[in-house]
Amino acid sequence: MKNFEYTITDPLGIHARPAGLLAKTAKAYSDTTVTIAKDGNTVKASQLMKLMGLGVKQGDHVTVAAEGPAEEEAITAMKKFFEENL
Amino acid sequence: MIVIQGKGVSKGVANGPIYFFQRSSTTITDAPAADIEAEKARIAAAQEKSAQQLNALADKAREEAGDETAILFETHAMFVEDDDYVECMMNALEEKHCTAEKAVELAGEEFSAMLAAMDDAYMQARAADIKDVTRRILNNLMGVTEGGIDSDVPVILAADDLAPSETLQLDKSKILGFITQGGSGNSHTAILARTMGIPAICGLGEALKAEFSGRQVYIDGETGQVAIEPDEITLAAFQSKQAKQQEMKELMETMKGQKDVTLDGREMMVYCNIGSPEDVTAVQSNDGQGIGLFRSEFLYLAASDYPTEEEQFQAYKDVAAAMGGKRVVIRTLDIGADKQVDYFEMHKEENPALGVRAIRICLNRPEVFRTQLRALYRASAYGKVAIMFPMITSVWEVKECKRACQKVMAELDKEGVPYRKDTEIGIMIETPASVLVAEELAKEVDFFSVGTNDLTQYTLACDRQANDLGKFFDPHHPAVLRALKMATDAAHKAGIWIGICGELGADLSLLETFLAIGIDELSVSPTSVLPLRAEIRKSIAKTCTLEKLEC
Repeated sequence: MKNFEYTITDPLGIHARPAGLLAKTAKAYSDTTVTIAKDGNTVKASQLMKLMGLGVKQGDHVTVAAEGPAEEEAITAMKKFFEENL
Repeated sequence: MIVIQGKGVSKGVANGPIYFFQRSSTTITDAPAADIEAEKARIAAAQEKSAQQLNALADKAREEAGDETAILFETHAMFVEDDDYVECMMNALEEKHCTAEKAVELAGEEFSAMLAAMDDAYMQARAADIKDVTRRILNNLMGVTEGGIDSDVPVILAADDLAPSETLQLDKSKILGFITQGGSGNSHTAILARTMGIPAICGLGEALKAEFSGRQVYIDGETGQVAIEPDEITLAAFQSKQAKQQEMKELMETMKGQKDVTLDGREMMVYCNIGSPEDVTAVQSNDGQGIGLFRSEFLYLAASDYPTEEEQFQAYKDVAAAMGGKRVVIRTLDIGADKQVDYFEMHKEENPALGVRAIRICLNRPEVFRTQLRALYRASAYGKVAIMFPMITSVWEVKECKRACQKVMAELDKEGVPYRKDTEIGIMIETPASVLVAEELAKEVDFFSVGTNDLTQYTLACDRQANDLGKFFDPHHPAVLRALKMATDAAHKAGIWIGICGELGADLSLLETFLAIGIDELSVSPTSVLPLRAEIRKSIAKTCTLEKLEC
């Protein structure tokens, strides 16, 4: 398993649009599970509505993890996504 | 006459008959379904159709209403295909043996309730998106098409609240304005109405009754007033406002795409002042030729700690890229005086306007300065960025700023990070000292920009925050205008351009004076661009006089 921690800088947090894009990005690695965790609650990155339900705001710390055959690529893609969008 | 007061969320005056939005009444039965697999297939088909429609709507929105709205529909399309949402429907089918309609309704309720319960206004507002998506799937299941306006004449559309897809699917040639019982300034209806330039009033509540349908109404999206069958006095007030609005609109249209040039061929650069990346839309829709002042304070004022290089870079880059090669003058932080930020932990000053503010903070705190300069130079690779330093009084300050720039450029060179070496550097002329040494300052920089509010405050020894100075605070004072002339002469002698980015730039009564002085650029709020352009195009520069400089 690969993971990294990230502090959200986007003023709106993980709002609808990045959540949608995030889910789309994660779905590209279908055989690898990508998860986002905040305060002990973990959801799959592909679960758009649950992801929004996490209520991740600016300044929140999240842990992003990937597990599976493509975990290396998935985590790199996720890192890039977070840095560019969140 | 019936007058109802709501909240104006999109400006403009309109009048016409009220038309109540017809929403298909959906009666969903609790009856059990005969064949669960068949119901599953129906959901899958409706889901696919909904996603297709939403993607088509996104394309339509991209042309009609802009990217923001298009992205909204793309996100809706993603909602439709969300695994949990669909799973929730399928589970309902399995567990309750209900119809596809009931299952979709239940899933919609569950997820919109989840968002509505969050302690975040933005997420709460998204509950409406889920409802909108749910209604779309239901309509597709039941073969219902909705949203038609059954009227031969254009109408004022009334509704309880309109979903974003509903507003976009409407035949806009038939809509003069929106009035809704619910909604807020943040609702999509309000946002879309503003983008489309249609007046809208929301929050009218129960006072807006279905029985008003067909009656003549005037609405004012600025004041939030709705007047049904207005009396003569009210009618006259609405009509005069409407006439002015029409006149302005026509002027705007004829001015778009025109050059900012006087009758005798003198060009003036008409730029815009902005306070955040979002304002770029207004610059574009008002045809601003560049950005003459991008205040970087929003990054500092909105945060609880120093904004990072990355955050700043993103904001500057967004604006530079959006302006597509047009000049974007970004002013380094102008904190202090009337703009205080806790985490800067500034000492309390008796006289903050004369204290440690703006460039003085930067020169005292090289790390804060360096972070901002790095972000600015990195952004320079994405457009035509110019860097401007505020509150300059001495030549040594400018030299020190330039040294800081060179250091940052050397760092970026070493790191192999792209930036533009020819990024322009300019200063604000807002202190009498800078005017008096303007000739020397002009040799150090690429441009001047005059901050007229501070220049007036410092020249006339009048606190701009004090309300009771009245006639003593006079930006038209010959001393202020002569200072402008001195700075302009110094700039032109050194072969650099000079602009005005203070409020005075939009003061049309001074345009002739500015032309006579030889100002090259006026940076004004986006909505002032077209009126200013109209005035410039009527002027003759060579007949303008300096009479206002006389006492």
